[in-house]
Amino acid sequence: MSKDKFDYFIKGEKNKYEVIIGLEVHAQVSSNSKLFSGSATKFGAEPNSQVSLIDSAFPGMLPVINKECINQAIRTGLGLNAKINNNSVFDRKNYFYADLPQGYQISQYKNPIVGEGKVLLDMPYGSKEIGIERLHLEQDAGKSIHDMDPSSTYVDLNRSGIALMEIVSKPDLRSPEEVNAYIKKLRTIMRYLGTCDGNMQEGSLRADVNVSVRQVGDKNFGTRCEIKNVNSIKFMQLAIEYEANRQVELLDEGKKIEQETRLFDTKKNETRSMRSKEDAHDYRYFPDPDLLPLKIEQKLIDDLKKTLPELPDNKKERFMNDYGLNSYEANVLVSEKEISNYYEEVAKLSDKKLAATWMMGDLFAMLNDKGLNISKSPISAKNFAELIQSIKSGEISGRIAKEVFELMVESGDNPKKIIESKGMKQQSDPKELEKIINEILTKNKDKVDQYKSGKEKLFGFFVGQVMKQSSGKANPQLTNEILKKLLKG
Amino acid sequence: MSEIIKKNLSEIIDLIKKKEIKSEELANLYIDKVNKSKKLNSYITTCFEHTIQQSKEFDKKPNLNSLLPGVPLAVKDLFCTNGFKTTAGSKMLENFIPQYESTVTENLWKEGAILLGKLNCDEYAMGSSNETSYFGNVINPIAKDTVPGGSSGGSASALAADLTPATIGTDTGGSIRQPASFTGTVGLKPTYGLCSRWGIVAFASSLDQAGPMTKSVKDCSIMLEAMAGFDNKDSTSIEKKKENYSKNLKTNIKGLKIGIPKEYRVENMPKEIDELWNKGKSILKDLGADIIDISLPHTKYALPTYYIVAPAEASSNLARYDGVKYGYRSSKGNDLIEMYENTRSEGFGDEVKRRILIGTYVLSSGYYDAYYLKAQKVRQLIKKDFDENFGKVDAILTPSTPSSAFKIGEKTNDPISMYLNDIFTVPVNLAGLPAISVPAGLDKKGYPLGLQLIGKTLDEQNILNVAYAFEKNCNFKNELKNWWL
Repeated sequence: MSKDKFDYFIKGEKNKYEVIIGLEVHAQVSSNSKLFSGSATKFGAEPNSQVSLIDSAFPGMLPVINKECINQAIRTGLGLNAKINNNSVFDRKNYFYADLPQGYQISQYKNPIVGEGKVLLDMPYGSKEIGIERLHLEQDAGKSIHDMDPSSTYVDLNRSGIALMEIVSKPDLRSPEEVNAYIKKLRTIMRYLGTCDGNMQEGSLRADVNVSVRQVGDKNFGTRCEIKNVNSIKFMQLAIEYEANRQVELLDEGKKIEQETRLFDTKKNETRSMRSKEDAHDYRYFPDPDLLPLKIEQKLIDDLKKTLPELPDNKKERFMNDYGLNSYEANVLVSEKEISNYYEEVAKLSDKKLAATWMMGDLFAMLNDKGLNISKSPISAKNFAELIQSIKSGEISGRIAKEVFELMVESGDNPKKIIESKGMKQQSDPKELEKIINEILTKNKDKVDQYKSGKEKLFGFFVGQVMKQSSGKANPQLTNEILKKLLKG
Repeated sequence: MSEIIKKNLSEIIDLIKKKEIKSEELANLYIDKVNKSKKLNSYITTCFEHTIQQSKEFDKKPNLNSLLPGVPLAVKDLFCTNGFKTTAGSKMLENFIPQYESTVTENLWKEGAILLGKLNCDEYAMGSSNETSYFGNVINPIAKDTVPGGSSGGSASALAADLTPATIGTDTGGSIRQPASFTGTVGLKPTYGLCSRWGIVAFASSLDQAGPMTKSVKDCSIMLEAMAGFDNKDSTSIEKKKENYSKNLKTNIKGLKIGIPKEYRVENMPKEIDELWNKGKSILKDLGADIIDISLPHTKYALPTYYIVAPAEASSNLARYDGVKYGYRSSKGNDLIEMYENTRSEGFGDEVKRRILIGTYVLSSGYYDAYYLKAQKVRQLIKKDFDENFGKVDAILTPSTPSSAFKIGEKTNDPISMYLNDIFTVPVNLAGLPAISVPAGLDKKGYPLGLQLIGKTLDEQNILNVAYAFEKNCNFKNELKNWWL
């Protein structure tokens, strides 16, 4: 894809197509207990160890809404610049499955807790707004395990009843790249808010992907297919590419797209039909009579609004204004709350621009290498700031700084201490340097003559000798100046 | 047979309080009669060991300040009881033993009552004659070929036959009041939300409400006081202070306005019912109440509305009985779907299946708007009818049922005529209002008939007072001949 112009189109045999994508993201609400019961929500617990009578749908059990989940949904809605509905309704979505103990999922159908909103994406070709259709709360189902026994299925209800936010986008996405940016942006916003940990490996964030294609210039949407329950960004992108190409092929052959639900096969990287529209479930939605309509006072919304943290879009703008960062740098540094906090701590104590460059370069590379989160960084923000300052003040050279950095990673020590103990301070005393340089020039009289007779390439040789003699500590700029002066004389 | 167990609950409580009888003696009297009354089939489960052990414990250290000190009580088998089988009258839960106690029964035990056993009922409370129970039909002690009404038929039968001093039922469309009327006893359906639904096997969540079934209005007030109360485990529970219904019971109803809705004079209603209604009016009038004709114009839509809303909710509420987690599971079937189909085909009876089918149908896409949504709108109109009239009147008097107890088998092949039995009771459930059925007289056959008093939201005290005054001046006497002993 070109960097400055959108160009994700699919060329068929005959026509050129645009891909239309809408996402239904299921984000697990960060909360200590489930949506309608007091059971714990910890990931990875012993199967069926976090299950109450309500989660397992015993006779006579009734759901009671967990207020924290409501607050989390409101916070998320506010983070998506969305309208919070003062009145919403919980409905029952009826279907039978072994890991759905009630025989229905409590969800929100016609009246969701959060209405329309928007999310801003920074794409290489400019910023793009993606509309949010709605956000609603619903219960997760349990987990059926089919591969533990050849003749039985096991059911783990730990997940049963955990609160999910289903965030439905408008069909505003146009490429796998945009989907990538959208999911990451949603995740960033929710992590800032603390409403969803966004951990895709643990299933905290998954999506149903709606894909359709239409000829470029066409105003009407094509028939869409829904790819169910894709749990990584990479798989979403692969699924979209496969699905869009499949649809284009069909259309170019003059065939029709059937509206259907499809599954993404992660081994073969292809989608295949799960059920057609005719076989679609009739979920028989109706308002759950066990729960009263959810009324949210405006005061609660206002109060929650006041306690919202600074969100990535605002922080980015501030970083650009206050720290003189460019859009790209600011974007990277606000992408995670912890990164932005680290950066701000460093920037307060050192050169802002140099700090950004070093963070995005060496620090990120190291963390990536070690598979560490910035909160687990072996280099503290304070030490990192001191390193930046040592570079900025000329105390050490960039080259030495890399060595100091490595030592900081190994030891977790303060850079001053490392520079001190290893004698790594840059030699910036002109008199001392002149002494060293004179010695070298005397020792290499033949080379000096060659240089003077025009073999200017030898300049590098002299620099190398100075560095060797000073164990790399000579201030390179000063060395250059003095060398030039003395060689002229 | 001891005369003591023929007494009302309030009299029995007095005997205990005066230490004229011990809890254990009392328990033994009931146990003895229950053992001799198996013909009525009113009990599904007894737990006499538990009863005796608990009553002994009570006698050792009696707390006489509680509402139901050491009183043995049997309850409808729809209330989950910790450690004791709770079947809901269904094969599906034939061997289900809950590890939790419903809030309402828990409240009774806290007030000193002791569980005597679990009473028969229509399967999942679906029925008006107690003939849909998997555990067999219940017989009305008034005559051996009559039904006790339903769905709390076991409760009504046991109460009338002195097999429990009082009991509790649930009322979704008349399931307390109709059997009370059929057995010459008192039954009250409280305001929706007054008694917690937590731990009661659900039929139709927006209509279900637990309530007392007793031999007298005073007993009814004691039981209601013990059962009711806010419960944060039920989101539809009403948050309000506990009331002392029994202490505040009074007979002075002078100046109270009693509404008589003309729509309750239905076609083909037996003359006896009309006469009974008139008798009720004149008794209340003599007591100083003003009798006022009113109109509840949407009454005729109540029954069809009810038979859409209730099955719709039931079809969803009963989805959990799938053989996966607890309860009956068919041994037949090669995959999950077949297991579901066989389990539910074998585990549910015909009436339950009929309602699941109706409910599934009315919620289906394409039919939802025409049935379920329309029914919800009509439900609002029915509620509005009541709301508007409660500006003019303090309570409404109607017959409880369009007939007295009918014969066993008489209506089992005609669901519509069975459903018509609920015609006077369902509007109250749809509106969420409290209503009480009090015995008012006997028909030609000597079968009891009841009158219903409908009150405003949370105005239980008022209808209890009117019923109390009525009872004192009606001189109703249930003529039971103990033919089954």
